[in-house]
Amino acid sequence: MTALPLLGIPIVVLGFALRLNPMLVVVASGIATGLLAGMSPVEVVAAFGKAFNDNRIIAIVWVVLPVIGLLERYGLQQRAAEVIRGFKGATTGRLLLLYLAYRQLTAAVGLHSTAGHAQTVRPLVAPMALAAAGDPTPEEAEKIKALAAATDNVGLFFGEDIFFAIGSIVLIQQVLAADGYTVAPLQLALWAIPSAIAAFVIHGARLLWWDQSSPSLSRGGGSRAATDGGAPPPLADGERSPSPSKLGEDL
Amino acid sequence: MITLAWLYIPAGLLFAAVALRSAADRANPKRFGTAAFWGLMALSLLVGDRIGDFGNGLVVLGLAALAGFGLVGKGSPPTTTEPERKASAARRGNRLFLPALVIPLTALAGTLAWTYTPLGQSGWIEPKRETYVFLILGVILALAVIVIWLKPPALAPIEEGRRLLDAIGWAAVLPQLLAALGAVFALAGVGEIVGAGVRSVIPDGSVFLTVCVFALGMALFTMIMGNAFAAFPVMAAAIAVPLLIVDYGGNPAAIGAVGMLAGFCGTLMTPMAANFNLVPAALLELKDPYGVIRAQIPTALPLLLANIAILYWFAGLA
Repeated sequence: MTALPLLGIPIVVLGFALRLNPMLVVVASGIATGLLAGMSPVEVVAAFGKAFNDNRIIAIVWVVLPVIGLLERYGLQQRAAEVIRGFKGATTGRLLLLYLAYRQLTAAVGLHSTAGHAQTVRPLVAPMALAAAGDPTPEEAEKIKALAAATDNVGLFFGEDIFFAIGSIVLIQQVLAADGYTVAPLQLALWAIPSAIAAFVIHGARLLWWDQSSPSLSRGGGSRAATDGGAPPPLADGERSPSPSKLGEDL
Repeated sequence: MITLAWLYIPAGLLFAAVALRSAADRANPKRFGTAAFWGLMALSLLVGDRIGDFGNGLVVLGLAALAGFGLVGKGSPPTTTEPERKASAARRGNRLFLPALVIPLTALAGTLAWTYTPLGQSGWIEPKRETYVFLILGVILALAVIVIWLKPPALAPIEEGRRLLDAIGWAAVLPQLLAALGAVFALAGVGEIVGAGVRSVIPDGSVFLTVCVFALGMALFTMIMGNAFAAFPVMAAAIAVPLLIVDYGGNPAAIGAVGMLAGFCGTLMTPMAANFNLVPAALLELKDPYGVIRAQIPTALPLLLANIAILYWFAGLA
């Protein structure tokens, strides 16, 4: 067997490293890989098309965007931030630790699609984590938002395998069965628990450490000082300037 | 029976409406490129099963070209200002959370009812797709609640959806494209070649080093493929089954489960897992597209070590 098709991998790595547009990098890598494996150009394009079509389920999640966008229009992020400012003792780290536990536990009982970056992180978790930080600098705000997304991923990945009826468990079972090893899904699910605990301890410790090391606290910004005026704009829509006079009446 | 094909229709209609509104948005200097991009997504979702594999391939090339050559821009849909949102939040209070909770609660209640009551045997929904069906149902219910309660302008659901979709941009399509790349890699035999290469670097007789190569191999190959599912069969056939299970007598369930989770550590560290790592960066409007990955690496590396330790000490190997 020739190693030529592997050239698609350095194309991807190099493309991402040079920050070329990932859409182009991925297509270039796929075409190179297919051609080097001896497929004709038409076959490569058709293979790409078939796989893209087979994976359309990934695009379904975007139907939540109109709901999230509408709720933002009526101040959902601002309300979420306000609620957090009302809690004494709320900090970014403690809040995200709570979300980590929630995400791991719900994923562990099969409710992994009930939260996510579009459904919960952007409208609720990120604005709450920002509000709990009081008055973060732009750099801190950037890091807090990234930490909120990271917490969602860690909670999902290291919770979902405790649920026995999930794709990865089925896959492990099938691969092992092909080699003659019969394992029950429940056994696999139980063996996901030690790693889940390790994930909670490691990521949780980082979250609490964030509170200790975060400069916004030591600056005296405090987590819930009366920052009504100076509160960070939740997730700014950048430089958009809609015409308020026309929009006010729709509220 | 409600099948997966039904679910593509609401998603396709949303992309089609966004494409139409994009084309009409004069504030977007790239409005026609933007419209073409979302229009191609609508085409794929609505008629993808009827245009053949090569037709779909051309759709993919079109999407990649529009995004890659910078023809996709950001529109300026009408929305509210920050002070208006603050005022609305103060006036409506915590009731604003209710419509947001309709979606997860519908998905939750529906999935539970489907799994634990005789409803699941009714055959109304394609097996294993019920969560997606209830997700869409939840979206429809939430939209109904918002429209009745808040009475937004007729086009607002589309325009607010477009505002968020434009913020994400082409990153919304990248995960699907990466999944397609994984399929092309598999067709070209990349997995077999990597598996053979990994096996050749393992020293004879060292259980610990074999565990390390298995776990690191899962993480690294997952980083390349963007998906632990693609890495697992390769690493299982190359290392887990012949060496860890057969030669060293390890516990198959433990090695399978923890090996997969070692792969998940790789997922946390790669831009190839775009839907988890790049899409949220776009969705949260981070300046650094790799910001989420940077936030995850300090968790992923110690966790990978923890998985190696669990494999070595508790999987019946040591």
